[in-house]
Amino acid sequence: MCVAVRCAGLHKRYDNKVDAVRGLDLEVEQGECFGLLGPNGAGKTTTIEIIEGLLSATAGEVEVFGKRWGRDNDELRELLGICLQETRLAEKLKVRETLELFASFYRRPADPARVMREVELTEKAEAWVGKLSGGQRQRLAVACSLVGDPRLLFLDEPTTGLDPQSRRQLWDIVRKFKRQGGTVVLTTHYMDEAERLCDRVAVIDHGRIIALGTPRELIHSLGAEHIVEFTLADPAAFPDLGGDGLAAVPTVLSVRQEDGLYALTVGEPHRALPALFDWLEQRGIELARLSTRHASLEDVFVKLTGRHLREE
Amino acid sequence: MIHWRAYSQLLLARSRELSREPEVVFWVFFFPVLLAVALGIAFRNKPPDKVDVAVVEHPNAARVVRALNAAPPLAAEVIGTEDAARQFRLGKVALVVYPGQVYSYRYDPNRPDSMLALSLADAALQKAAGRADPIRIHEQAVTEPGARYIDFLIPGLLGLNLMSGGMWGMGFALVDMRVKKLLKRLVATPMRRSDFLLALVSSRLILMLVEVILLLLVGRLVFKMVIQGSLGSIIVVSAAGALSFAGIGLLCASRAQKIETISGLMNLVMLPMFVLSGIFFSADRFPAAMQPFIRILPLTALNDALRSVILEGASLEAQALRLLILAAWGAVSFLLALRLFRWVN
Repeated sequence: MCVAVRCAGLHKRYDNKVDAVRGLDLEVEQGECFGLLGPNGAGKTTTIEIIEGLLSATAGEVEVFGKRWGRDNDELRELLGICLQETRLAEKLKVRETLELFASFYRRPADPARVMREVELTEKAEAWVGKLSGGQRQRLAVACSLVGDPRLLFLDEPTTGLDPQSRRQLWDIVRKFKRQGGTVVLTTHYMDEAERLCDRVAVIDHGRIIALGTPRELIHSLGAEHIVEFTLADPAAFPDLGGDGLAAVPTVLSVRQEDGLYALTVGEPHRALPALFDWLEQRGIELARLSTRHASLEDVFVKLTGRHLREE
Repeated sequence: MIHWRAYSQLLLARSRELSREPEVVFWVFFFPVLLAVALGIAFRNKPPDKVDVAVVEHPNAARVVRALNAAPPLAAEVIGTEDAARQFRLGKVALVVYPGQVYSYRYDPNRPDSMLALSLADAALQKAAGRADPIRIHEQAVTEPGARYIDFLIPGLLGLNLMSGGMWGMGFALVDMRVKKLLKRLVATPMRRSDFLLALVSSRLILMLVEVILLLLVGRLVFKMVIQGSLGSIIVVSAAGALSFAGIGLLCASRAQKIETISGLMNLVMLPMFVLSGIFFSADRFPAAMQPFIRILPLTALNDALRSVILEGASLEAQALRLLILAAWGAVSFLLALRLFRWVN
């Protein structure tokens, strides 16, 4: 097991006394896709920029493939492919020209034509960057980080603002890179992205890792893996069912209420649901809507912090 | 140590971006030419305007008028006393002549045309009355190119172009890249910052060459300008100017986080030079107290050097002090900029 990235006691304080990262430890193994999951402002970008060598930490150690920033900068930059959040590339350059420019920086670059094929931009090779769609631009941005033939790829919020098809295309590119033996570190606030792409996820909030593990482990830590959600026909009449003993329903682990939407974490839906219906009927409470789903990382985050990943 | 592949790709990218931006092509190439042609036409050499003289009513008036009209550019007329005084006050006549036992001249020493009229009128009247000049003279009227307004203007416009091109080309471009996070993206790669800056400066020097040749061609072909100095010297001086302003532009761009900031900063830096450095009119016109400050401004040094080489054919050695001023501004700005520059905000 080779360690690609190792962080110990990472701390970052900005001049205006804001602690963006407070004592963060993590290890990324070679060949894995590691996700940093958390809401905006959690410190994900700060953390990843420190590992990328763009920011210096206030305290703590960072090692990438056993090398350190400040000592092995040139070698490190050859090994890493970095895709920042919201970079706007030169609009009046063509796709091919942009890739050739980035390729020229590396000692042993990949062939720009091959990289264009991998990100499916070949037919746009001679198009101006300014004329590309959002999804195409993002694929170009990832291509620019792949053209150096990196061992480790950093993606900072790679699919923010993209349509579903573009998101899937990008996920395919990441999977392809992993299959070829690359390591990936990505930050995201999309739980589906974390669940589908990442081998392991670190949940970050307020500059600290509050949970770490595979998506299954994290969901398992909820204690139960099903969520039953429902709304009432007359919510005003029954403002707080949790207080009325709703948690007593068999295999219900926790009750949550937000704006009239109840979410029960349930161990065995086939037992809980009939019991729930009985419980409601006994009290003369009518349901408006009910659905069940599998627990997600979003639920893990809510349980740990009481807040959602995306502030809608 | 230059990494040639990266450097040439960076230079290529920069050149492509510029050539594909129509605004750049206009401001760098067409605008100075248009300005030169427009101003050259507006201020072209014309035969001198007539200088009006009023001769007050008197028995001798007609004779006086005839004598004065024989001395161009004077144009004399007999006018009533009060009328004459009023027209003089309003500036419609430059001189009032009161014929009599003693001829009286009313003139204004603060008006050059009035002084001219006085001098010419007196000479004409004295000669007509029989004055004999002991020294024989032969007048040589010469109108040579080199002393026209357009000759003065073209080097000034070249200096202006080099300043604004250097400042905007470096300063604005860098802040634009910073705002787009492109700068951050680039320094995350193995790209060397020196290659990057060198490519930007090289691009500026190439444009400088084009600007020099274009303006000199316009001067030569459209206005029959005579270029005394060698093209080599002109290019060396222009390069010194371009590099100096590239350094200043880099310094302005070191910390600016927004386009508004860099625009404001560069206008602030360029405006004093726009007014004081002798682009459109000679800097000597400003009071003596201001001259030391004016002369050390980089654009003044550049314009003076350009005029000296282009119009007088002076050598590069003669420009040593001016080139030194340019080099000092450029070097200090560049070194400061390297210390202050934010690559990763």
